Amino acid sequence: MQQIFNFVLKNSNRLLFLLLLVISLSLTIQSHSYHKSKIISSANFFTGGIYEKINNVDEYFGLREQNEELAAENARLKSILFNQKDTTKLPQIDSIKGVKKIDIIVSKVIRNPYSTLENYLTINNGATSGIKPNMGVINSAGIVGIVDKTSKNYATIISVLNVNSKINAKIKKSNHFGSLVWNGKSTGFVQLIDVPRLAGVRKGDTIVTGGQSIIFPENIGIGTIDKVYIDDETNYYTLDIRLFNDMTNLGHVYIIKNKDTEEITNLENQSKKDE
Amino acid sequence: MNSALLGNIARFILLLAAQVLIFNRIDLFGFINPFPYVLFIILYPVNGNKSGLLAASFFLGLLMDMFWNSGGVHAAACLILAYYRPAIFKFSFGLSYEYQTVKLNDVLTPERFSFLLIAVVLHHFVLFVLEVFKMSFLWDILVRTVLSTVFTIITCIIIIYIIKPNKR
Repeated sequence: MQQIFNFVLKNSNRLLFLLLLVISLSLTIQSHSYHKSKIISSANFFTGGIYEKINNVDEYFGLREQNEELAAENARLKSILFNQKDTTKLPQIDSIKGVKKIDIIVSKVIRNPYSTLENYLTINNGATSGIKPNMGVINSAGIVGIVDKTSKNYATIISVLNVNSKINAKIKKSNHFGSLVWNGKSTGFVQLIDVPRLAGVRKGDTIVTGGQSIIFPENIGIGTIDKVYIDDETNYYTLDIRLFNDMTNLGHVYIIKNKDTEEITNLENQSKKDE
Repeated sequence: MNSALLGNIARFILLLAAQVLIFNRIDLFGFINPFPYVLFIILYPVNGNKSGLLAASFFLGLLMDMFWNSGGVHAAACLILAYYRPAIFKFSFGLSYEYQTVKLNDVLTPERFSFLLIAVVLHHFVLFVLEVFKMSFLWDILVRTVLSTVFTIITCIIIIYIIKPNKR
């Protein structure tokens, strides 16, 4: 017993070091696994609050661009509205059911890192505003990411600039599907992989979200094809996509709340169980 | 409360605040950030409490991770730097460093610079290895380590010269 005590006392620094190292390494490993949510994240009261304070000051420097962006979006929406056959009648989103399937929640990005390979944004709305994990996030220009973790008033988003993110997307013209990933190289470009060789791809074609996921509605803009090459291993096309969005400068974002998500996931889980 | 402890606490808070408010937002060329908060570990008194340094470095790193959304990456890197600090001291200042009063925040000598360089390289290398976590990005890890080290050292030297007590 005495010897154990002596050993602990003599090596107290080393033991403390090893203990803390194990804790930090397990936090690191856990943060790299995609399906587990993080313990240490900026969606908590303390860091979220500080980031919001910083952002409150920061916002004033980008007011002009924000206004221009909003004006451009207004103009686009007006043009859609005026080109309806009957301008007094507002368009119904889902005319068969007569109810809206999709809700939009407006939020603001209060932290936007893009220097690492696994980038997570923080927004200043959370569970109290109805935000749940796995909701899609877009802005007026295009796709931004998917909600990862929520706290009461904040939420983190897996940015499309995250090597772990994988989003279903398609070529607008030909309806060929692929997966949207990021190779970690440039903040302006993402990659669309696994596009079949049958697909006629041309530089400049538009890439939009596919209809295969319940996270994003179909036909939300992502970017345009910048470069086409063939993957040596799989023999599929890999496309470099120039993003519509400037991911380094994000202000307000929209969170897409699909009312049918629960129904669809429940149904899918049931059929999985039956197998 | 002695003044050394108060100085350490003040340094802890000020460096963390400076890191979060200013240096985390630099994003030079999209991926280079200086991390001058490691100065806390570097400037910790040579003969100070070692377990205190380990615990303080761990919490400093953990707070950084909270802000940086990076799991336990900074905590691990800080911890390793804090643990190997005596060895780096020995390498840079010679065996008898404990008996001399090594003062780091003073005029830059080759010994001080080599200490700073080795400490920052060690911290950043561990940091980026854990952050990237994939060996297929090894080249990326090295590029990030080298570039960030350069910028961290420049900001560290500037900070040391700013807070250096004026004796003349």
